Amino acid sequence: MTRSFKTSGAPHMPPQTSVANVMLLVLYALVPGVFAYSWFFGPGILIQIILATVFALLFESLMLRWRGRPLKPFINDYSAVVTAVLFALCIPPLAPWWISCIAMLFAIGFAKHLYGGLGQNIFNPAMVGYVVVLISFPQAMTAWIPPLTLSEHSLSLADSLITIFTGQVPVAGGWDTVTQATALDSLKTGIESGRMVTEIRTSPIFGDYGGIGWEWVANWFALGGFFLLYKRVISWQVPIAVIGSVILLSLPFWLADQDSNPLPLQHIFSGALVLAAFFIATDPVSGCVSNKGRLIFGAGVGIITLVIRRWGGYPDGVAFAVLLMNMAAPLIDRYTRPRMYGE
Amino acid sequence: MTLAHQIELAREAGKRTHHFHGGLRLRHNKKISCQDSVERPLLPTLLIVPLLQHAGDVAKPLVEVGDHVLKGQKIGQCQPCAAVHSPVSGLVEAIEDRPMSHPSGQAGPCVLIRSDGKEQWAKLRPIGDWCNASAESLITQIQDCGIAGLGGAVFPTHAKARDGRDRQIHTLILNGAECEPYISCDEMLMREQPDKIILGARILRRALGAEQVVIAIEDQMGAVQEALTQAAKHAECKSISVVKVTTIYPEGGERQLIQVLTGLEVPSGGRPSDLGMVCQNVATAAAVAEAVVEGKPLIERYITVTGNGISHPRNLQALLGTRFSHLVEACGGYTLDVARLVVGGPMMGYPVASDSAPVVKASNCVLALTQQDIAEPQPEMPCIRCGECARVCPATLLPQQLHLQIKNDLWNTAEEYGLLACIECGCCDFVCPSHIPLVDWFRYGKGEQRKRARENEATELARKRFENREDRLLRTKQERGEKMKRRKQALKDNAVQQDRIRAAIDRAENKGDISGTSQSVGKPDDA
Repeated sequence: MTRSFKTSGAPHMPPQTSVANVMLLVLYALVPGVFAYSWFFGPGILIQIILATVFALLFESLMLRWRGRPLKPFINDYSAVVTAVLFALCIPPLAPWWISCIAMLFAIGFAKHLYGGLGQNIFNPAMVGYVVVLISFPQAMTAWIPPLTLSEHSLSLADSLITIFTGQVPVAGGWDTVTQATALDSLKTGIESGRMVTEIRTSPIFGDYGGIGWEWVANWFALGGFFLLYKRVISWQVPIAVIGSVILLSLPFWLADQDSNPLPLQHIFSGALVLAAFFIATDPVSGCVSNKGRLIFGAGVGIITLVIRRWGGYPDGVAFAVLLMNMAAPLIDRYTRPRMYGE
Repeated sequence: MTLAHQIELAREAGKRTHHFHGGLRLRHNKKISCQDSVERPLLPTLLIVPLLQHAGDVAKPLVEVGDHVLKGQKIGQCQPCAAVHSPVSGLVEAIEDRPMSHPSGQAGPCVLIRSDGKEQWAKLRPIGDWCNASAESLITQIQDCGIAGLGGAVFPTHAKARDGRDRQIHTLILNGAECEPYISCDEMLMREQPDKIILGARILRRALGAEQVVIAIEDQMGAVQEALTQAAKHAECKSISVVKVTTIYPEGGERQLIQVLTGLEVPSGGRPSDLGMVCQNVATAAAVAEAVVEGKPLIERYITVTGNGISHPRNLQALLGTRFSHLVEACGGYTLDVARLVVGGPMMGYPVASDSAPVVKASNCVLALTQQDIAEPQPEMPCIRCGECARVCPATLLPQQLHLQIKNDLWNTAEEYGLLACIECGCCDFVCPSHIPLVDWFRYGKGEQRKRARENEATELARKRFENREDRLLRTKQERGEKMKRRKQALKDNAVQQDRIRAAIDRAENKGDISGTSQSVGKPDDA
């Protein structure tokens, strides 16, 4: 009359979520931002996302094979896709195809798998890939295009494909006619050459706060970020700390000298700051674990970004800021361990 | 905050409810087993009574194979643990090792009793006038009747009471916050026998010397509060209050419940009695009432038989030693798609390989789950440090960090990360997107830690012995050396003495010569 059963450990309930699920939510959250991006800057970004994803999955499977790990669970976890998409969103939409290839080799091969694969990387893989190509190929990485509204030569999908794969721009005048300095670039060079912020901002590339087009892309990224907060994929500490520290630190400068310091909000809506605040600095693997640690981590990213923008050699410093704070994360974790029950 | 101040605050227990960190809001699934009133299943023919049913050592059997036993007769004795009694009258068929419904899955000594169907009781010795009985006699009665914590930890109740008495308890908390999904045996008990619980509460209060009793129930248990309050009023007992707490798993954990009722945390490594409180399960209180007033030992308990794998889920009053299969039959048997049998709730329960295991004092629920309830086991992925585990941890640990320490055999840091503070509630396991069996790791870690502590103790002992021996050897060596030295000195002294004597003799013999010599020696310059 007795009956036997298979046993398995507690809890005896279906798991609530999975790594793949978490990564998919991040990808969903990026959709509005990507949509806005291609709306303002043409279809180039979509090609870059596809390119980066293909290379990322290629290197992911090669590294998994080489390390003797099972392919299926790790390819299906979408973590490589998240890395690829975040990287693609950081590079100029018309960057040559091999940029993605090199960046993904370093991101997936070096930063991720040589450190032990998923969950083991100290540095944010997307940022490692980005920084490698930014330093190695500065020319290709600074060829930004203005938003379609300002451009005389809008590039079709076919044009974008030709540009990305051949390096030749199929319009009269070539590269010089399609590229333009970004808002952060012109601000930096403008201030360095002694011009006033108000004067610099008369350029049509500026919108209400940041670069025209860019600020709307940032808004849509923020919307995706709120979705992640709502879904509790990310915690509020990091984005609040990143954005809050940028505002707090730039405010006194702006108040002291409005001629050579942009409005704090301009810092928020320029470059990759919003993307970083919600999607990059929130990477749990290379970030901090405790809430207090996350606040410190986020504040560090904000402060370093601002320092690089203000005094450093690069117009934007988000990637460097994230990588520097990645280095500090284990130390921060060590000193911000929460108090245990009854301790 | 000083401890005295904390104790002062603890006296306010239940006046206001507080929060604890983390926890989960889970689907209750309790209603399905609360439809029918609690009944006894048919008397089983063979009962398997394990001799280890409580936290502590295995009891020594007091009967032999072939003995005839009466219902309620003591068949296992264990000082200072709880006694074991026969649940039926009948014949002791065997005493052998059997699976004993222990989370470890280990087999242990069990007494097999074949019921004679007569249900003849042994002579019971109730304490008639418990209101005037001494606390010590109440505690002894509780011990004789084999009462242990029926919430699941089965810590012997008399030991807790005695410890509480020594430590000036002011508040007795009765835990009716049954937070695990599916389990409803305490809720049914509170609904059906509120008077017995109140009586048990009063007896325990007297045994402990506590001033007040706080009964904590969940806000989802509709009629229970009314029933208990009425019962307390009926007993004209004003020092008993019934407090509703919000249902969040694992609120029924002792430490979490105390935090909810007082806002205080039990010091790590300490016990609730440090705050002047003792926590008992409501079912334990009912068992105490039966033991003291009727003299009945603990041979029966409420148990929930539930889950989608059971035809008619319900609560039963089962004799200890009844096999789970017998209970399932009483509930209409399994459904066709039953896939897993769990003893306890879905969060902390342990799976059993067969339903032939017996009901023990700790068994509060038999949960039969279908494949749909449990889903396919997911592959374990590496930790992505998402921090969900830390967010839900009621002990405010960092489970992912702790897991890493244990995995890498870093035992000292594992302790720093609070390995021993883990209550194994399973919240972290449940939310982990990587499906890491965190609680299994923590249990393993605790086991290793205990082993290491034992080894350390042994090493320490060996070291002390060695040092003592070295000391002793050194001492004897020194002593011997000194002795030798003394003896040598003595010999030398002796020799000197001899020399002197000889010299004196010589002097005496050549008196003149000597004085002459001494003169020449004394003043060489004059020569």
